Amino acid sequence: MSKILIIAEHDGKHLSAAISRCVACARLVPGAEITVAVFGADPAPVAREAAALQGVNHVLTIADAKHAHPLSAVLAPLVVELSAGYSHVFGASTTFGKDLMPRVAALLGVPQISDAMSVESATRFKRPIYAGNAIITVEVAAGRKVVATVRTASFEAVPGGGNASIAAVSPTAATPAHTRFVALSAAANDRPDLQSAPRVVSGGRALGSKENFAIIFKLADKLGAAVGASRAAVDAGYAPNELQVGQTGKIIAPELYVAVGISGAIQHLTGIKDAKTIVAINKDGEAPIFEVADLGLVGDLFQILPELEEALTK
Amino acid sequence: MRKILVGIKRVVDYNVRVRVKPDGSGVATDGVKMSVNPFDEIALEEALRLKERGEAAEIVAVSVGPDDAQQQLRTALAMGADRAILVKVTESIEPYTAAQALLAVVRNEKPDIVILGKQAIDDDAAQTGPMLAALWDRPQATFCSKLEVKGGVATIVREVDAGLETIEVDLPCVISADLRLNEPRYVKLPDIMKAKKKPLDVTDLAALGVSIDRGLATVLTEAPKPRAKGVIVKDVGELVDALRKKGLVS
Ligand SMILES: Cc1cc2nc3c(=O)[nH]c(=O)nc-3n(C[C@H](O)[C@H](O)[C@H](O)COP(=O)(O)OP(=O)(O)OC[C@H]3O[C@@H](n4cnc5c(N)ncnc54)[C@H](O)[C@@H]3O)c2cc1C
Ligand SMILES: Nc1ncnc2c1ncn2[C@@H]1O[C@H](COP(=O)(O)O)[C@@H](O)[C@H]1O
Repeated sequence: MSKILIIAEHDGKHLSAAISRCVACARLVPGAEITVAVFGADPAPVAREAAALQGVNHVLTIADAKHAHPLSAVLAPLVVELSAGYSHVFGASTTFGKDLMPRVAALLGVPQISDAMSVESATRFKRPIYAGNAIITVEVAAGRKVVATVRTASFEAVPGGGNASIAAVSPTAATPAHTRFVALSAAANDRPDLQSAPRVVSGGRALGSKENFAIIFKLADKLGAAVGASRAAVDAGYAPNELQVGQTGKIIAPELYVAVGISGAIQHLTGIKDAKTIVAINKDGEAPIFEVADLGLVGDLFQILPELEEALTK
Repeated sequence: MRKILVGIKRVVDYNVRVRVKPDGSGVATDGVKMSVNPFDEIALEEALRLKERGEAAEIVAVSVGPDDAQQQLRTALAMGADRAILVKVTESIEPYTAAQALLAVVRNEKPDIVILGKQAIDDDAAQTGPMLAALWDRPQATFCSKLEVKGGVATIVREVDAGLETIEVDLPCVISADLRLNEPRYVKLPDIMKAKKKPLDVTDLAALGVSIDRGLATVLTEAPKPRAKGVIVKDVGELVDALRKKGLVS
């Protein structure tokens, strides 16, 4: 049997969609018994969402005011304490998971698997390297705990309707005071979330300015889509950092991805490889984005986007 | 005055399209251009700026890797690092072992700040920073896009999925550099000449008392599945028709 502990990620109110995909990965581990641990100032509402995920057997809540803004240095010793008796500890491959899981692994004295994209056995997983240009199969040695982050784009979210038990626990490990939360500036918006949205429209350097980038938002609104951006567009200040898609940004798997004025550098492509349909709009017919696009349209985006919007209205 | 240690990993240059060896044993690196991991250039640049502002006295560049990693350390010295240390290892290692090797160097050098890259673009692991911080029992500030140091405290803005998070950590600490922390300088020819005279010490894992952890083994390397070839449509009308046919727009 594999006892799997998943560290929940949430914003204080709702469980992150990434965790549902993490559960989907964990369910593929032979003989999986899945526990989700929810740290928070008031973990109850998030715990209820976790308990409803198909495949989750148990939910643990760890309520403490100091977890209102989670810090890896504080969480890691507590996760290590909770992980006694578990064979696997999983987190999502988000900035939260990437910050926490290696710290947990090192405290446990084991190497870690980043971005698990398939489960081959309880100890064997595939993961991408070199911006997804190679896929490796890795094997964890017998008797070592498996600590991994899950590449969420590789797994479909599990359905709801589950009914796991919820229990409060109070780990006692000492936590450090050397790391302190100061502030979080999150763009307040009611747009679909980039990482879980079924449709995404992304803009690149070609947009030319922050003002021009507004046409990407307009098209996204028309499609009910989330907005993404290339690194060049973020570096130039056209779009905020949390919209970056790619090797070192977000890895996404929407039904529809529309790349507008993006050349298609490998670092960008690795972020969209799992999109079901890729549409590319670029004035350069030789741009590498057309090598991966299912539907390509060669032309000037400033002409095409207004036309496209109009055609979608009809 | 503060001492800063910077991690320099030798990796396949980011412009190279890597190829998987037909026998599945790894990625072809013979004759391939190697460079300093781009995030490590950003890490070093940040250290240099701290020194130029009078907030650090010495910058030590450290690489764990093959003998040839001396080339990347020379590049770091040319950029402005004061000294370099190569921890020689001939086999490929996981970030967990790299973190243990860096910890051993940290114990000897006693830096106030360690700046690493947020991830190495070969293994895309993004593990070494948090692992080193954990083993050292010190704070970590990953995905750093802004750094300020005052007295014994560093304030870091982090690029997180939700936006930007600011945290405060006590020194000594480990920081991992994200893309927008700075733009690294170019190396000038006279600096390359000067760098040849800067000290570069070579040691190895055994001398540091570190053994390679074999808890995670790579058993196969494959090429990714290619995407099916798409079509070029001639105008917006065709595009919308195709999208409607796929049921992607109404
Ligand atoms: C360490 C590292 C990490 C990186 N991580 C990422 C990452 O996570 N994500 C990422 O995206 N990149 C990343 N990059 C950067 C990547 O290599 C590219 O530089 C970047 O993706 C280019 O962005 P772009 O396509 O918007 O710009 P460009 O490459 O400049 O492309 C602009 C495109 O717009 C087209 N165009 C121009 N005008 C018009 C017009 N009027 N109408 C239509 N088309 C037009 C051009 O033909 C061109 O193809 C990384 C690079 C490094 C070194
Ligand atoms: N072998 C190494 N030598 C020096 N620094 C390293 C090494 N491996 C990792 N690092 C540092 O850790 C960062 C993250 O690497 P990784 O965890 O492999 O993604 C890199 O950007 C380097 O700064």
